[in-house]
Amino acid sequence: MKIGVPKEIHDGEKRVATTPEAAEKIIKLGFEVCVETGAGDAADISDDAYREVGVTIVDSARTLWQEADIVMKVRVPESHPELAIDEIELMKPGQHLISFIWPAQNEALMQQLAAKQATVLAMDSVPRMSRAQKMDALSSMANIAGYRAIVEAAQHFGRFFTGQITAAGKVPPAKVLVIGAGVAGLAAIGAAKSMGAIVRAFDTRPEVKEQIESMDAEFLMLDFQEDGSGSGGYAKTMSKEFIEAEMALFARQAMEVDIIVTTALIPGKPAPELITAGMVKSMKPGSVIVDLAAEQGGNCALTEKDQIVVKHDVTIIGYTNLPSRLANQSSQLYATNLRHLLTDLCPNKDGTLNVNMDDEVIRGATVIKEGKITWPPPPPKLTGSHKPLTEAPAMGPSKEKPKSALSQWLPILLAGGALFGMGAVAPASFLEHFTVFVLACFVGYQVIWNVSASLHTPLMSVTNAISGIIVIGALVQISVPDNQIVTVLSGLAILIAAINIAGGFLVTRRMLEMFRK
Amino acid sequence: MSYIAASILFILSLSGLSQQETARRGNYFGMVGMAIAIIATVFSGNVTAYAILAAALLIGGSIGAFAAAKVEMTQMPELVALMHSLVGMAAVLVGYANFMDHTSTLIGAEKTIHELEIYIGVFIGAVTFSGSVIAFGKLCGKITGKPVLLPARHWFNLLMLVVTIILGNRFLAGAESGDALLPLLIMTGIALVFGIHMVMAIGGADMPVVVSMLNSYSGWAAAATGFMLSNDLLIVTGALVGSSGAILSYIMCRAMNRHFLSVIAGGFGSTGGGVAAEIEGEVQPIEAEETAQLLRDSKNIVIIPGYGMAVAQAQHTVNEITKLLTGQGKKVRFAIHPVAGRMPGHMNVLLAEAKVPYDIVFEMDEINEDFADTDVSIVIGANDIVNPSALDDPNSPIAGMPVLECWKSGTTIVLKRSMASGYAGVGNPLFVHENTRMLFGDANDRLQALLKALQG
Repeated sequence: MKIGVPKEIHDGEKRVATTPEAAEKIIKLGFEVCVETGAGDAADISDDAYREVGVTIVDSARTLWQEADIVMKVRVPESHPELAIDEIELMKPGQHLISFIWPAQNEALMQQLAAKQATVLAMDSVPRMSRAQKMDALSSMANIAGYRAIVEAAQHFGRFFTGQITAAGKVPPAKVLVIGAGVAGLAAIGAAKSMGAIVRAFDTRPEVKEQIESMDAEFLMLDFQEDGSGSGGYAKTMSKEFIEAEMALFARQAMEVDIIVTTALIPGKPAPELITAGMVKSMKPGSVIVDLAAEQGGNCALTEKDQIVVKHDVTIIGYTNLPSRLANQSSQLYATNLRHLLTDLCPNKDGTLNVNMDDEVIRGATVIKEGKITWPPPPPKLTGSHKPLTEAPAMGPSKEKPKSALSQWLPILLAGGALFGMGAVAPASFLEHFTVFVLACFVGYQVIWNVSASLHTPLMSVTNAISGIIVIGALVQISVPDNQIVTVLSGLAILIAAINIAGGFLVTRRMLEMFRK
Repeated sequence: MSYIAASILFILSLSGLSQQETARRGNYFGMVGMAIAIIATVFSGNVTAYAILAAALLIGGSIGAFAAAKVEMTQMPELVALMHSLVGMAAVLVGYANFMDHTSTLIGAEKTIHELEIYIGVFIGAVTFSGSVIAFGKLCGKITGKPVLLPARHWFNLLMLVVTIILGNRFLAGAESGDALLPLLIMTGIALVFGIHMVMAIGGADMPVVVSMLNSYSGWAAAATGFMLSNDLLIVTGALVGSSGAILSYIMCRAMNRHFLSVIAGGFGSTGGGVAAEIEGEVQPIEAEETAQLLRDSKNIVIIPGYGMAVAQAQHTVNEITKLLTGQGKKVRFAIHPVAGRMPGHMNVLLAEAKVPYDIVFEMDEINEDFADTDVSIVIGANDIVNPSALDDPNSPIAGMPVLECWKSGTTIVLKRSMASGYAGVGNPLFVHENTRMLFGDANDRLQALLKALQG
């Protein structure tokens, strides 16, 4: 099948969906690859570099969309500025599209794509699990954004990051506060740290403390117990009290630090406002704030999306295209993510796509399959392949049950019948004992079913001890006069039964002492 | 009157075990009941041989107490099996003593029934005794855990049963004339062979069933003795224990989706049609440090202990790790399969010994749904109870047995000494599952290393 990579048309987008290195490996999977001319220019990749590894260069976007069976992009399809036509219009029916899609935000787009009978894999919907990490483009892009945030900050910050003592005087190190220690936050911590700054970080999820400390940064503790971990490794909204305590902490820090990088995002919600106008005012002149949440409204009250503004002598950077500002690097990582996804999609290396909906990762990423919207995916790890497994055996026991109940009762019934026959000729005293026996069996049956499974071992040792009651049988016989054999046998029986009684009860007590809440 | 009190106390004792909170009280009820029964019998007037009696009780009691204080919790199955054999032995001895005792004045049908009761009592006692001794041997590894199957073993059993019945006839006839001892002795021999043969044929994985079944037998032996001596207390107690063991065996069988009779008949594979699927794939090993990293990054952890944890005595280390992880705000739970270990409830006892709080220990049915939301499952020395082929390979010998579906979690760490198969002798596709990482080595060593890595 033929894979086409068009030039990105979004304003300021410099990335490209494949690089010569990735394309070479994709070709080895059996695919043909074509790239629109000039697609890699902004990321410093020339057409010739593509040609060298066997990629065909196509001279117009229209041809590319026509020829390709699979189109790989970075940005969501949008209106083409030169052709004055929407990229979706260029799609041919049944085409495959792999790109960022953001299905939750772009419902209309999803409908249009579905109408095209397309199969769409969204890089933003790749499930967050260890096996899928190699194709997790969100993480690889966040990593770049975090790094770039520090570079941008450094550019607008008037001092060194590292502390120095020189002949010309002493330079204090810069103090950096990173709010939100996700992938981007950790990358920012790493970059700032390696430039020599003092880095502090805060996150609502206590489990990232170790990760922050592993980067050699200081974790700002909040004297407040609440776990901010939501599902899938993301944060959740915190209680009012927690937010108050958090804001107080930020206010104190704002007066002290030189650079603040905010990365706080909660999935599906506007970014929480963490840095108020007042805090900005309290910062030292020349300080810098980089707001990585600018796209979702920003963590700082004064952030302006895609702009750099100076307010109260503080530079506030609201770029939303930080990965694109490191175009070559982010193209490389994104292309590698795509290549990994293709490898999974093409297990036989025969150049054909196999959108295997039983594969959890592929299932998660596929938002439209042959015109049918398959987003949102079912909760992870409950994919089709496992379901029949859990249902099939459920049939087994239910079929078996009546049978085993029968086989459990049958011997009892038979024994009962036999004893009944015996009872017909037996004297009354025997029937009396028999009645007691049956009643006791019944009581035992009722009582034992209530025993909880965790106590089965103590139950067995207690019943062991209780069956030592056989000692009574020996006791009544030990005193038979003039029969040494009986006395010896009974004596032995008493000895053995006594072992059981003492051992059984004591070991049960020992065990039960251990069961503590 | 005191016998009624004792019976009631025994029933209360068993019902007390239904909950953790009342279990200890239940045990004390049992002790009191036993004390009442013994004291009442000893002072009932027809007991005179106090010297032998006191000596036997004292010696036996101290042996029991010593064993109870010394036994390792991991060896509970062995102890329980041994105690079953003692009950069986006692029943045989009491039966013989009763037979030798010629002071009874029964006549006619009553006498015949009495003789029959002796016969049956001795039979059950002997089967319990030899069966339990073999079970004990299998549990401590002195006898091979594999089922030992004689050719035509069912016919052999049947033959023994027929001979037993014929001998019973001779015994009853002989009882009239006074030379019944020989048939009784031969029958005892046959019963012993029967017990040995029965348990030898049962595979190690079915041990929980066998242990609870023998538990049941020991109860029936006591009940038979009760009939023999016309003693209601013995009948009641024996019936209680007998039904308790029977229900336990039934629960265990259900947990393994095995037919009770087929467990007793012994041996795996007697029902299997085609050939079980071969296990193919690559094992992915992991080291303790990586495991620690994995655990650090996860929130929801389920630990599945198996017999391997018992063998390696790793329960204390497991508890240390649990405490550490819980302290870091992670959700750590335990999943217990009903037949994990070698007897019912074996794992619960071990975890309780290590002071793992029992409210984080869950049964299979309670937790199986949650594996999909679990980041990491740690399987410690378990094999068959986490074998996916029980669900998806109809030809697998353990097909249909409910298992802990740990492969649905994000990652499964399996601690194992080597790639050898489990007690059931079945390969396990879990080990080559793509989300599975194998941590090879002695469970305790590896867990110690893991604990260190987590602390470091």
